[in-house]
Amino acid sequence: MSFITVKNVWQQYADQVVLEGLNLNVNEGEFCTLVGASGCGKSTFLRLLLGQETASRGEILLDGQPLAREPDPSRGVVFQRYSVFPHLSVLDNVAIGLELPRAPLLGRLFGSAKKDAREQASALLHKVGLGHALDKYPAQLSGGMQQRLAIAQALIMKPRVLLLDEPFGALDPGIRKDMHALLLGLWRETQLTVFMVTHDLSEGFSLGTRLLVFDKVRLDPHAPGAYGARITYDIPLNSDRRAQRAAVDALPAELAGTLRIA
Amino acid sequence: MRLINRHPDRPSRLLLVILPFALVLFAYFMGSAERLADNPNDKLLPSAVQMTDAVKRLAFNADSRTGEYLLWQDTASSLGRLAIGLGIAALAGLCLGMAAGTLPLFGAPLSPMLTVLSMVPPLAILPILFIVFGLGELSKVMLIVIGITPALARDLEQRARDIPVELLIKAQTLGASTWTLMLRVVLPQLLPRLLISLRLMLGSAWLFLIAAEAIASTDGLGYRIFLVRRYLAMDVILPYVVWITLLAWLMDWGLKYLTRRAFPWYEGAAK
Repeated sequence: MSFITVKNVWQQYADQVVLEGLNLNVNEGEFCTLVGASGCGKSTFLRLLLGQETASRGEILLDGQPLAREPDPSRGVVFQRYSVFPHLSVLDNVAIGLELPRAPLLGRLFGSAKKDAREQASALLHKVGLGHALDKYPAQLSGGMQQRLAIAQALIMKPRVLLLDEPFGALDPGIRKDMHALLLGLWRETQLTVFMVTHDLSEGFSLGTRLLVFDKVRLDPHAPGAYGARITYDIPLNSDRRAQRAAVDALPAELAGTLRIA
Repeated sequence: MRLINRHPDRPSRLLLVILPFALVLFAYFMGSAERLADNPNDKLLPSAVQMTDAVKRLAFNADSRTGEYLLWQDTASSLGRLAIGLGIAALAGLCLGMAAGTLPLFGAPLSPMLTVLSMVPPLAILPILFIVFGLGELSKVMLIVIGITPALARDLEQRARDIPVELLIKAQTLGASTWTLMLRVVLPQLLPRLLISLRLMLGSAWLFLIAAEAIASTDGLGYRIFLVRRYLAMDVILPYVVWITLLAWLMDWGLKYLTRRAFPWYEGAAK
């Protein structure tokens, strides 16, 4: 049984069909990159996975269960922009993920619980290279640093699925490369299943273990909205990394755990 | 060099700031001196000495009838009304605006209602307030509250809508409930905007205060101005107007300072 199952999913707004007949099986730990022309429904598909929208037809199963109809902590997300809270310091931007689920009344922790949360957040921030900027506000960070922060913020929740909507689209090529290394490192360490929308084909090929191409196969020039996009190519990539991941998965759990942390 | 590219340097900027004030004062005192030379009993444009005497009388000599220092008593009661009115309006505006702007189910009934309410001219319902709440403090405070709450609420509603939806979704993926999301994401982002809104509303708040005091009151800055109007006492009215302006300016400056100190991340989080 696969981790995420997409069964005959359609999405349409009024008479505009965006996605049609989508079928997909994704195993836990796969790194799927989603590419395709602008407006072909990659981001729509990501929003469906996130629970921000509900499919018009068909269903998406996570671990055999229908996906929650609203965003929740099981799926982390990083957007291209507006991913971090402008009114919180870098440290609090990450610590808030530990505070919100544990403090249903006030949304914040106090005393030693707060100190704990901040220590965990600080450890993760050091790992993504933001250890020197804990007290800054997001607006004082560069674009690349903001995205590092957004990734740390998503990972503190230990989600099972990480959704990335063109996370590096606004970054310089050099910085983008650093971000790729960071993301791959984090992916290797965790059991994350990643879906990443990108405009950059080479990014899609180099990062993913699986490349999904979205395209419209049918086109009616008189009714451009009549047909939606499908997944036209589903290409396995970077077999070495997939094999490595599979080998780790085959190990006994306790050994695999130490390997992942290492 | 084109005019659009010319900037004043520091000293000349200071000069340019002072210039219009100096011009107005100069014109006033020229006119005052001329009229008083013609007729020493002229009341319309009192001289600086006359105004200083009036201020001394009101601020530093106890009133022979009540034993109070009128200027300070007027100031205290006016500022008290203003503070209570602004406080209630800020709280109500924040709650209404946040609910209408964040929760679609609350926005649907609240939003059109607030739009309509903000079109009601507050002074037109002042008689109703006097009838319902009597002539005491309550009706004056209520005029300020009713006058500025709808506008505050509408502004904050718009600001709440302007918060990128990405942030609201992100908060949900971080485990926020509706309540904690509003408490930790929406509210802190609206607070600086509330202070800015209040600054913009200060003018209206003073207007409503003075109107209410002018019509039914026994003290307050607005009451005093309208009282001495009967005696054409420009030597009291003008210093009172200057004093009110100064108070309003100080409140505006204080709110601005508070915004910058309490919310350093706001306004692009400069340095």
